Amino acid sequence: MKVDLHGSRSLRNRLMLALIGGAATLALLLFFAIRNYAAQIAQHTQDTILGASATSILDAAVVWNGAVEVDIPYASFSMLTTPMDDRVFYAIYQNDTFLSGYPELAIAPIAAPIGDRDNRFQTIRHQGQDMRVVTASRTMIGQDGRMQVRIALAQTQDALSGTLAQISRNAAIFGTGFFALAALLSFWATSTTIGQLKRLTHSVTRRGPQDLSPFKKPVPLEMLPLVRSLNSLMARLDHSLSQSEDFIAEAAHRVRTPLATVRSYAEATLQRVDKKENRDAMRAMMRAIDESSRAAGQLLDHAMITFRADHLERQDIDLVGLVDELVLRLTPIAEMKDLTLQLKSEGAVHYSGDPILIQNAVRNLIDNALKYSPADGVVTIHVSGDPRPKISVCDNGKGFPKDEVGALPTRFKRGSNSEGTIGSGLGLTIAMDVATAHGGNLQLSNQEKGGACALLLL
Amino acid sequence: MRFIVALILWALPQSIAAQTWEDQRLFNGGASGQPLRIISSTDTSLFAPIIERYVAQFPDTAVEYLVAGTADTDRIFRANPEAFDVVISSAMDLQFKAANDGLARQLPDISHPSWAQWRQSLFAFTSEPAAIVINRAAFAGHPIPRTRQELIEAMRARPDVFRGRVGTYDVRKSGLGYLFATQDARSSETYWRLMEVMGALDLRLYCCSGEMINDLSDGTIAVAYNVLGSYANARIESEDVIEVIFPSDFPTTMMRTAMVSAKTRRPEAATAFIQHIISLQYSGGRNAFPLPPLAPQINDVEWATIALEPALMTFLDRLKRRRFLAEWQDAVIQIR
Ligand SMILES: Nc1ncnc2c1ncn2[C@@H]1O[C@H](COP(=O)(O)OP(=O)(O)OP(=O)(O)O)[C@@H](O)[C@H]1O
Ligand SMILES: [Mg+2]
Repeated sequence: MKVDLHGSRSLRNRLMLALIGGAATLALLLFFAIRNYAAQIAQHTQDTILGASATSILDAAVVWNGAVEVDIPYASFSMLTTPMDDRVFYAIYQNDTFLSGYPELAIAPIAAPIGDRDNRFQTIRHQGQDMRVVTASRTMIGQDGRMQVRIALAQTQDALSGTLAQISRNAAIFGTGFFALAALLSFWATSTTIGQLKRLTHSVTRRGPQDLSPFKKPVPLEMLPLVRSLNSLMARLDHSLSQSEDFIAEAAHRVRTPLATVRSYAEATLQRVDKKENRDAMRAMMRAIDESSRAAGQLLDHAMITFRADHLERQDIDLVGLVDELVLRLTPIAEMKDLTLQLKSEGAVHYSGDPILIQNAVRNLIDNALKYSPADGVVTIHVSGDPRPKISVCDNGKGFPKDEVGALPTRFKRGSNSEGTIGSGLGLTIAMDVATAHGGNLQLSNQEKGGACALLLL
Repeated sequence: MRFIVALILWALPQSIAAQTWEDQRLFNGGASGQPLRIISSTDTSLFAPIIERYVAQFPDTAVEYLVAGTADTDRIFRANPEAFDVVISSAMDLQFKAANDGLARQLPDISHPSWAQWRQSLFAFTSEPAAIVINRAAFAGHPIPRTRQELIEAMRARPDVFRGRVGTYDVRKSGLGYLFATQDARSSETYWRLMEVMGALDLRLYCCSGEMINDLSDGTIAVAYNVLGSYANARIESEDVIEVIFPSDFPTTMMRTAMVSAKTRRPEAATAFIQHIISLQYSGGRNAFPLPPLAPQINDVEWATIALEPALMTFLDRLKRRRFLAEWQDAVIQIR
């Protein structure tokens, strides 16, 4: 029986998807983290320079003749040079009076510095451009007391955005590279993981049909439960198989023995009855018993053969020796029918197969020859190993009924010539099953000079 | 005639129409349409060959070339930025500030080394060192000074010869003079001593290089300080009366710059003009490009060129300028 298992989503794909999806998320996270961090650093750098510039300008402020003079150092603006030629704006105030620089910068909403030497940074929009503004102040003592000198220093952010764009590009390349590497790695990881499963599957399929021994090779920890339950399943299977084998043998024994007893009683009774009709009845009874006994024996043999054929256990045997032993055992039966069993062979024929099965098959063939050929005949059994091992059993009876030859090996099929002989129609079926189990077949033919010939090809 | 009528009809602001220029010339007047208006501090004679080549290339464009002093150029342009297409000046600081203030149009398609341009809006196209120019006659039999220090010594040694016969820019009026003076003062204290010595010799103050060189060649003055080498060189070829000395102690080199007005009405023609000057500067030769081309040794200390950087705005600061001019006046105008 074959069950069509429907595979749900592939474990490999699931693993890959999870790993690659994770890698993509990580790469994206990495990209944004780098960019964000870089943006902060870049802004911090600009702020530091702006702050230093503003401080150096404030430092140059002096009160001179009562008025505030700011002698801006050349370096103050020089340090604001950027590769992208950012624009610079500034405004200097004394308290709230505009002193110098760009008066329009005062219009922009710029937060006032909090205290002395405390730089405040913000980004404003001025003249259509984003600008970073630093505001700083310094308290000075003039003639009229304290005064605040304040400065607002603004710079465009072209270099900053240029740097950011560059960093973003690099971060993107970095992220993509990371992703590609992670994808490759996850592919590899998945392959090795699935590889373990594949290896197990392979070793399961490679096993012989009788091999129910537990798996002993080391497997990954995660697969241990699976292999353990597989092993326990096989142990149970092994157990139940040997049990059913025992059961068949037991059943055969139990059916045959009482039948044999019944038959011997019937025979004994036959000796004691004299009335003709009673004797006939006893004979009919004995015949029925023989039929039943035969059928039971054949049925159980067939069952045993089916089982053994499913779990074929080959061993090295000599076919000639095997058949010879059988011939010896059957000779008394043949002699009772005045038939001669003749074994022909050219030395030993070595073969690897199940001796019980082969013996059973050949016994059925010889049995047929004895049953369906007339007395004083010769049954020739030929064993040869060339080109392939085969055993033929030929008699000189009437042969197989011509129009039935093809159907004879089917179960319970008996030929038209079988009337009057005890049988169940399973003999050729058994021989056929044994041949098939060994990779061969059974060929039935009639000899030209008369007589049936059954060829068991192995 | 028709063109002048048309020009008036172009409804130029009254102040521009009323402007008196040092020089004014229309090139390719026959071309129809509004002319490309260039306001410049450079003498027409030096720029004419450049413009003639331009109109030869673009025969459909007329070019009006208007000359004013550096400070005036800046003032006039700022007052009416939409009235001009191209601004050319030797006052780097004023030009820089105009560009910083957003008055210049960005021309992203022009490729120019980063040190010679700022923000793709201000383009340098000459390298012109400030020079000491002397009248040879005044130094006959005496060693010719090579540094500012030697000039100070020469003037101290013969005050009678130099009294009333030394000249320099009036930094209050000339943008370029102010640029040179501030850069000199930044570099060395010698500048102040030189000014003091010159001030004691009744220093004559000029608005422009041209006049100074005229006075020098006719012997009115014997020494001119911080004159544009390019202007002096243009004359020295014909007359060997004067000698141009580039002081070897600390030379100051200026780059003439050009920009397109952000409010230009002819952006394509103006951009083409900038491109024209820049490429001519590289390949022109003396006849096509009479000005000294950009010096490649920009980083050489010997020829320290004033850099196009925000620091140029330092001395334009109102407070800083007031302070500098006060000091300068203290040194130069001693008794007057
Ligand atoms: N040697 C033979 N000569 C003639 N007919 C034969 C021969 N062997 C078998 N047959 C025919 O083939 C039929 C099937 O044989 P098969 O051995 O399968 O059954 P069976 O002999 O009738 O019963 P049993 O199961 O007891 O052997 C027989 O009934 C018989 O008709
Ligand atoms: Mg049979």
